[in-house]
Amino acid sequence: MSHAVVNDKRPSTLRGASLPKWSPWAIAAGSIALAVVIGLAGGLDSRAQWGLIAGLLFLLGTYGIAARVEGRRQAKDRIATALVWVAFLIAIVPLASLIWATVQRGTKVLDVYFLTHSMGVVADSEAGGGIYHAIIGSLEQVGLATLIGAPIGILTAIYLVEYGRGNLARAVTFFVDVMTGIPSIVAGLFILSLMLMFDMQPFGFAGSLALAILMMPVVVRSTEEMLKLVPNELREASLALGIPKWRTILKVVVPTSIGGIITGVMLSVARIAGETAPVLLLVFGNPFINTNPFEGAQASLPLYIYQQYSQSAGSTAAYDRAWAASLTLIAFVMILNMVARGIARWKAPKTGR
Amino acid sequence: MAKRIDVSGLTAYYGSHKAIEDISMTVEPRSVTAFIGPSGCGKSTFLRTLNRMHEVTSGGRVEGKVLLDDEDLYGHGIDPVSVRREVGMVFQRPNPFPTMSIFDNVAAGLRLNGKYKKNELQDVVEKSLKGANLWNEVKDRLNKPGSGLSGGQQQRLCIARAIAVEPNVLLMDEPCSALDPISTLAIEDLIGELKERFTIVIVTHNMQQAARVSDRTAFFNLSAVGQPGRLIEIDDTERIFSNPSVQATEDYISGRFG
Repeated sequence: MSHAVVNDKRPSTLRGASLPKWSPWAIAAGSIALAVVIGLAGGLDSRAQWGLIAGLLFLLGTYGIAARVEGRRQAKDRIATALVWVAFLIAIVPLASLIWATVQRGTKVLDVYFLTHSMGVVADSEAGGGIYHAIIGSLEQVGLATLIGAPIGILTAIYLVEYGRGNLARAVTFFVDVMTGIPSIVAGLFILSLMLMFDMQPFGFAGSLALAILMMPVVVRSTEEMLKLVPNELREASLALGIPKWRTILKVVVPTSIGGIITGVMLSVARIAGETAPVLLLVFGNPFINTNPFEGAQASLPLYIYQQYSQSAGSTAAYDRAWAASLTLIAFVMILNMVARGIARWKAPKTGR
Repeated sequence: MAKRIDVSGLTAYYGSHKAIEDISMTVEPRSVTAFIGPSGCGKSTFLRTLNRMHEVTSGGRVEGKVLLDDEDLYGHGIDPVSVRREVGMVFQRPNPFPTMSIFDNVAAGLRLNGKYKKNELQDVVEKSLKGANLWNEVKDRLNKPGSGLSGGQQQRLCIARAIAVEPNVLLMDEPCSALDPISTLAIEDLIGELKERFTIVIVTHNMQQAARVSDRTAFFNLSAVGQPGRLIEIDDTERIFSNPSVQATEDYISGRFG
């Protein structure tokens, strides 16, 4: 009978066995539990070892189970996803633990008093004192460095993208690449040699110069990438209106990429805000408040952290201050980043109706 | 306003590569001239030599003469920026400035050239948008970004931007190739109106479009890939499409080539 043929349903070729949605979580939980057991049984002290074992078990378990239930192709897909997750966690764990440790230890002495007083009359091993002088120093040195480094960097990038042709541009690109690799201590020594030539004492602006050297290549690189993203059609549209090239760059190219340029500058500021070596050489450090960056030694946050740690002979009060200063520095960089993102979003080319 | 273009013996290069060779033609004022021909035959390159945009590309250079009412665009001491103010251009893909509002886009040419009076600007923008048949669609949102418009509206915005600086000649490089048929029709109607005021040169791959909008049509071709493109013939559009004098033109138009 023909009816029997109609009812004879063949299995779908499009549908295969699949693991339930919660299976990755289950595998993760299982591998963590197993890793704990292995760690306890094997007498491993380090939690990092436990974590690595858990990660490895997770990868193997995912592949094994998926290969058995779903087939080899799906298993490969799952193991790729699992690898991405494990790598993400490995990257995030040190970061999170660093922030956790800094917040935990830094908040002990971090208060308004700490932020508004210097170390002027406090010995390094005693409790009390603050980082006001270091904040002032950091702000002034980084601010001056940005005032020098950012314009030069941005203009260099504009030259490279809009005007640069031939050997000169290639040479500039090469030297920018070389500058990216300059260790900060070398930039410090370079300025120090100039200072010694003119027989000068340490002062804040010398540190700014070294920081500007470190900042410039980063600004050039990021700005260059941003300017390259501006479609050529916009430049041509502007030129075809009879707008001169310099106005085209100023009014069309730079505004289109201003968000990215500002983000790049802010990131480079964040990079130099944490530099210790050149500041140590050129600004020297000073427990008193010195608001003049052009004369006399100054302090700065990273230098303060270093000195509190190294010159206090193991005093707990000094360690607490170092942690609190670290927290302030991280917060400073974080706020800068958030400001940069805000500006980038605010200035980004608008879409929508 | 509209000016005559007289090209003689024009050859254009990209570096050492010769893109078009020995082109001579006359473009009449207040008319529409269409360039047709296969891809890579140098129509766009030739168009870009007419307002010195060709040399913006790195390695681009030109030999020969382009006379705009008796003045050689490639003559000694000619400022390419001034040339581009006289000879405007509309590109293949709509490209409004993303950081500017609709108003600022149209005003950009005047503003960035630095010669305008504040109260004039409003009038010029309105006149240009009306000229581009876009005023009624955008008059309530002049301060919104230009990138929020549809593709066809954006292209008309670009035309408004180009005519706001009152050029003598308007070059259009496949202005409808990224647009749907309805927007294309709007632009074609607009070209018909604009030719009362400007000399218009349009590059198109759409032969019906060339037949619809143009008074004269030029056919370009190249003998082989890598060879420079040449002007095969230029004649009244009607003749080109009914009874061209060169066999290659007839073959191309009727779809018999190769």
